[in-house]
Amino acid sequence: MFGALLTALSLAVAGEAAGAFPGAQMQGTGGTLNVGQALVNKRAPEFARKALDGSTVDLKSYRGKIVLLDFWATWCAPCLVEMPTFAQWQKEYGLKGLAVIGVSMDDDEATARKAVNKLKPGYAIVMGDAKLGTLYGGVMGLPLIFLIDEDGVVRARFQGETDPKAIESAIKRLLNRQ
Amino acid sequence: MKLNLLKSMIVMSALVALVLAFTPRHCAAQWAQAPSTSAFSIPTSAQIQPEDLNRMLSAKGADKPLVLQVGSRVLFAQAHIAGSEYAGPGSQQEGLDRIKTRVQKLPKNTLIVIYCGCCPWNRCPNMGPAYKQLIDMGFTRVKALYMATNLGTDWAEKGYPVASGE
Repeated sequence: MFGALLTALSLAVAGEAAGAFPGAQMQGTGGTLNVGQALVNKRAPEFARKALDGSTVDLKSYRGKIVLLDFWATWCAPCLVEMPTFAQWQKEYGLKGLAVIGVSMDDDEATARKAVNKLKPGYAIVMGDAKLGTLYGGVMGLPLIFLIDEDGVVRARFQGETDPKAIESAIKRLLNRQ
Repeated sequence: MKLNLLKSMIVMSALVALVLAFTPRHCAAQWAQAPSTSAFSIPTSAQIQPEDLNRMLSAKGADKPLVLQVGSRVLFAQAHIAGSEYAGPGSQQEGLDRIKTRVQKLPKNTLIVIYCGCCPWNRCPNMGPAYKQLIDMGFTRVKALYMATNLGTDWAEKGYPVASGE
């Protein structure tokens, strides 16, 4: 009886863990990760914007790198939880070819700048807007993450709170392909 | 027999403790009384599901609600429920003032539906304060659109009408 109870409990916990990250729906096909919607396996829409640190972020110049493009905002609690992880990945995988770019969807730059000064993510942050969001298929909820390969093609899209392990696994697969 | 009963109770208590230890915070938050800043503070009876709102908005000649987006302006400009107006963000005083200005001349029995869809319901900082603002102003028919995940997943991807622009 104890064994049956323990089994039931294990199943319940596993079920909850699976449901806790609704954003991650992945399937691998021959090394290409098909996640989400229309942009996957298509060329990432290009943009060039001034980053909060004054530098210019031109997506074209990131060819040859794996880009983690993170749409976030200061009012998005899960986004703020993710950022230290992305900062860590930038440090850990930066020399192997990863570049993280944050796109703040805050209504004003001052709010984003205040948060970035506090968080110090260590990667480029640009201000997003409706135009950039629409280019990327519509940002209708945060967090929203795209992984772009070395040829500028979107290979994965993660919508909503996603298990960081799933994203990291996808990054590693793309880095290993280079 | 009493010893067996005691053993069973100890085992059950340990199992309950294990379940609670693994329960995500957002579930635990539903058990305690939610602060008014949380979407959980909105009673279930005041929530409306996306399919029901869509049906209401599509019905001809029906009592159409005033639909207010109380979240991010940038996200509103990009995509919002067709026919809705921007009145946010609910988590900030400027947003609450915007709501107040929009509704203060309306009859108190006006049907008002608020929504956000910026992020998961259990994380939304805007819905709770916006709902409270309207209730405190004396409005008696306020509904909160329940979107578990976000506007994309719970509205747009279901084919319900979306518009863009401010």
